[in-house]
Amino acid sequence: MNWEALWLTVQLATIVSVALVAIGIPIAYWLTYSGWRWKFLVEAAVALPIILPPTVLGFYVLVALGANSPLGRWWERLTGHTLAFTFEGLVIGSLLYSLPFAVQPFAAAFGAVDRKLLRASASLGHSPSATFRRVVLPLSKAGLITGFTLSFAHTLGEFGVVLMVGGNIPGVTRTISIEIYDQVQAANYASANETALVLLIISFVLLSMVYGLNRRGAVVGAWK
Amino acid sequence: MEVSSTRAAGGAVSPGLEVRIRKHFLNSERSFQLDVHFRAAAGFTILFGASGAGKTTLLDCIAGLTEPDEGKITLGGEDVYDSGRQRNVPPWKRCVGYVLQELALFPHLTAEENVAYGLRHLAADERRARSRKMLEAFRIGHLADRRPSEISGGERQRVALARALVTEPQALLLDEPLVALDRPTRSLIIEDLRRWNQRSRLPILFVTHSVEEVFALGEEVIVLDAGTIVAQGQPKDVMHAPRLETVAHLSGFENVFDATVMAVHEDRGTMSCRIGTGDVELETPLIRAEAGSHLRVGIRAGDVLLATESPRGLSARNILPGTIEKLAQRGVMVAAMVDCGGTCLEAHLTLAAREALALTEGKKVWVVIKTHSCHLLRE
Repeated sequence: MNWEALWLTVQLATIVSVALVAIGIPIAYWLTYSGWRWKFLVEAAVALPIILPPTVLGFYVLVALGANSPLGRWWERLTGHTLAFTFEGLVIGSLLYSLPFAVQPFAAAFGAVDRKLLRASASLGHSPSATFRRVVLPLSKAGLITGFTLSFAHTLGEFGVVLMVGGNIPGVTRTISIEIYDQVQAANYASANETALVLLIISFVLLSMVYGLNRRGAVVGAWK
Repeated sequence: MEVSSTRAAGGAVSPGLEVRIRKHFLNSERSFQLDVHFRAAAGFTILFGASGAGKTTLLDCIAGLTEPDEGKITLGGEDVYDSGRQRNVPPWKRCVGYVLQELALFPHLTAEENVAYGLRHLAADERRARSRKMLEAFRIGHLADRRPSEISGGERQRVALARALVTEPQALLLDEPLVALDRPTRSLIIEDLRRWNQRSRLPILFVTHSVEEVFALGEEVIVLDAGTIVAQGQPKDVMHAPRLETVAHLSGFENVFDATVMAVHEDRGTMSCRIGTGDVELETPLIRAEAGSHLRVGIRAGDVLLATESPRGLSARNILPGTIEKLAQRGVMVAAMVDCGGTCLEAHLTLAAREALALTEGKKVWVVIKTHSCHLLRE
């Protein structure tokens, strides 16, 4: 069991899922309440990582982070090294990769809050932002926890994007799924099985939490 | 866009509400133009009309939840909406209490927290004291710690009223607040509302399509049909002697007939009217109409008497022979359709009356209608 790889993966997943709560809430808010006619394009873009091959996503992230892109150059001037094949690069790639797993449950939960409550709140002296904090967020608790857990679990198991963006540097970008791949390549099946089993169990426990949460009282509405 | 805070000025004298707006709106069938102008003084003003007449749209405009196309809304001396000056105070800065038809209590908050919700600007102690007092005033102090899902429909209704009133609004909008409640609960809440209104006089717009509520609460009634005000006045004038057919249908005239004035008896204060094209003639009260003119007659089914023998020595002027075509039981009441020479009249009787008279379909009866039970309607 490669504890270094597991620890690295848990760190990555934690940073990404916490950041996605902060990024995902405003995006989901906008997707829920905006009346913009081209909103569906944004919805499609957010959902893209669900169906896009991780290699495609990884390739474009790599290009965007590279020394030839504005972002890559800016980062290099700031820190003295490129983003590609670093932990920071991995975080950026994973944020994009797991974005829909946070945004979609958030948006579904916000959308399931009865509009009548928003109208009542407005007539009781609350601005839209106060209403969001005091009514929408508390009623979306289950959706928020679901989005956080799913993006955590999804980041935990990512492979293609990591390989494209991060490569395979022990302690920096070698995550648990890359580790399994390495072990299989080395015909080290017993060790691969051990690591794979850990990932399987963690993923199952996390998903059970999500479904358990949505089964009990705090239901957020139909799953999208 | 100009914005001001009326909420901070709460508690000042409220010189009432004036609304003069136009707004296109869609109901389930077609698009309407809401076009109204009225003033509501302190006390109950009933908005009466069929569903889709624009009542809820009107309340939404006053609360600021919907923007009118044009016009002006003045609340407590301030223009909260004025299309001429591009002024539209957002709903959370208008001092309006609005109880939505579906109540919309916050499910994640207790009854007390729901009531305290609109008092965010106050200190916690003050907020708690005021919400407690308001819950007591509506006789639900013992439910303070319960969630909306844990209390009855009538109790939820009281929480919604308390939540709107605790903010000391300059006007209160109630959208069919009693529609889902049973009769005893309804009259208790009407009592609560009346008591509240006597203490703190503010304009209350009360939407309903229940005639009973109009009489229980109304000081003034506004009848809305397809977006326009078709009648306005005291309930007894507007509801009891309806001159407009929309009011007639809404206020429970089961029988509405086309009629032709046959003769005018100025000396007796009555007229003879022929119903439809048949040969039934009714004596009706006198109105300003000439022989030969066409109008409509509305008769409540509850005002129609049935007799199994030709009645004699009655003061009622209209006695028509007929045959019972159909008897239908509706709850504890029986609706009888009587064919009087081609004109079908509906009469409502009690179950006991049906038994006592041994009424069956096909039985010959006499229909008795007082002159003043025939209400003349203008189309």
